Amino acid sequence: MSEPLVLGIETSCDETGIGIVRGRTLLSNTIASSMDQHARYGGVVPEVAARAHLEALQPSIDAALAEAGVRLDDLDAIAVTSGPGLAGALMVGVGAAKGLAVSLDKPLYAVNHLVGHIAADILTADSVPLEYPTIALLVSGGHTSLLHVRDLTTDVELLGETMDDAAGEAFDKVARLLSLPYPGGPEIDRAALDGDRDAIRFPRGLSRASDMAKHRYDFSFSGLKTAVARWVERCEADGVEVPVADVAASFREAVVDVLVTKALAACRDLGVPRLLLGGGVIANRRLREVALERAEAAGVTVRIPPLSLCTDNGAMIAALAAELITSGRRASTLAFGADSTLPVTEIQIAEIPLTETQIAEIQIAEAS
Amino acid sequence: MNRDYPGEVILAVDTSLGTAVALTDDDGARRAEAIAADPLGHAEVIGDLLVRALADAGQGEVSHVVAGMGPGPFTGLRIGIAAARAFALGRGIPVIAVPSHFAAALTALATATGPFAIVTDARRREVAITVFDGADADGIPHVTADTVLVPAVDADAHLDGIRRIDVTELSAVDLARVGALAVAAGRTLAGDEPLYLRHPDVTVPGAPKRVGS
Ligand SMILES: [Zn+2]
Repeated sequence: MSEPLVLGIETSCDETGIGIVRGRTLLSNTIASSMDQHARYGGVVPEVAARAHLEALQPSIDAALAEAGVRLDDLDAIAVTSGPGLAGALMVGVGAAKGLAVSLDKPLYAVNHLVGHIAADILTADSVPLEYPTIALLVSGGHTSLLHVRDLTTDVELLGETMDDAAGEAFDKVARLLSLPYPGGPEIDRAALDGDRDAIRFPRGLSRASDMAKHRYDFSFSGLKTAVARWVERCEADGVEVPVADVAASFREAVVDVLVTKALAACRDLGVPRLLLGGGVIANRRLREVALERAEAAGVTVRIPPLSLCTDNGAMIAALAAELITSGRRASTLAFGADSTLPVTEIQIAEIPLTETQIAEIQIAEAS
Repeated sequence: MNRDYPGEVILAVDTSLGTAVALTDDDGARRAEAIAADPLGHAEVIGDLLVRALADAGQGEVSHVVAGMGPGPFTGLRIGIAAARAFALGRGIPVIAVPSHFAAALTALATATGPFAIVTDARRREVAITVFDGADADGIPHVTADTVLVPAVDADAHLDGIRRIDVTELSAVDLARVGALAVAAGRTLAGDEPLYLRHPDVTVPGAPKRVGS
């Protein structure tokens, strides 16, 4: 099977993503978002997200099939996110994927969401294929992770991740402090337009020399959020109007600085001159700008998939499964569940074990 | 049972309590059943239970999928509904939504006479209660009081002498039977939304907490 036709189901957070790919060709990237329903709460509410997934799944699958111009019978495999993510949200996708796979009698691939973000890059047809190894920085409302990718389907290592809030969450929380609506990322970006990013020197989390031994590639944004809160409170106490533009620009600069600094440090330390960016926060213009500028100075090539493939989506899940299939991996058993803290080293979950006959055949082949 | 009824085999899926999968003929005859009593782990077992029940059911095209719509703990409940809907989508067949308590009531009707209440655990020290009395002209359990959530300690006072039947395992065979009866009678027993009976557990945030300086 050279070009497997795969339907991917992604429900790890607030987007119901259904993607269809043929090998590395994107046929549909259908997304139904429940973001509007979370706006009044100022952040993603897991139960609200899970309810929305159940409602959106079937119409999204129908829409994806129509867009791709394929029928369910044509599929070679189904893929689904097993984790990491919100447990209750993931389980809706897992239930649906199993129902669909059994119904169609097609193989099912359970895959890792974070590795999916890396796989999104292979769907960009006109660019040269992703080279390995690469450092990957994945930043969203749910995760902030720095990865060392030696091979997409077999060898991904976690270098560091956030110890508290995800970067996207920090944007949401600081937006609230500044009385800006949810989601915070685009609002902070807008507010920061006329701001001076050097106006306030906000702290860079886990960036002191003393942090370097244990947390060289880890992130922390809760101290930054508290620093912004203090600044705002002090303005109020002094009866001064909060300089929203300056606070927004300076806060964003602190986040961007720490993300790019640590990512490029990993490139330098590991001798990997390639950096892949992924996750919804990559939509932040300033982050892309600083990353490109400083990477160029450091001799590092930056890859950024189209934004529609950076945010959570089912196409990246299908793409990862297509790569697994192409590289000869067996399907997953039906016995996996949702794993909200699935480590990034588990690229595929519950691959069907080889039978004794298969093992014997391999041994014979290797001996001859 | 309407013999012109087009169906052949009915698949029922329920995850309101444990995980229950069954197949019946359109006249309600049991073909196969696969159950995991564990009130957790629905996502892990649902696929294998479907495979096993389908294999045991033998020949015949599945014509309808009956989904148990709860009430039940939300996270588990949704897994069965998602699986049922996706299975139906894969086969291009309709989903029949049936409140899970109807299945328990049909089971109870085999032995019960007079009014009775199906009582299931709703977590948070509450129970879900539906009161039935016999079956209607279509053979479907007759509801005399719609499903409500009641604090577990108040359940007996609430029932005021109505016989209570506490249910911890649901028969997917009876769920399939209720679904078949509903199809034959052209009736709709539940909407698209699961019987959540509770709003999502969230509050709209107030002003940010002060952190002090
Ligand atoms: Zn993500």
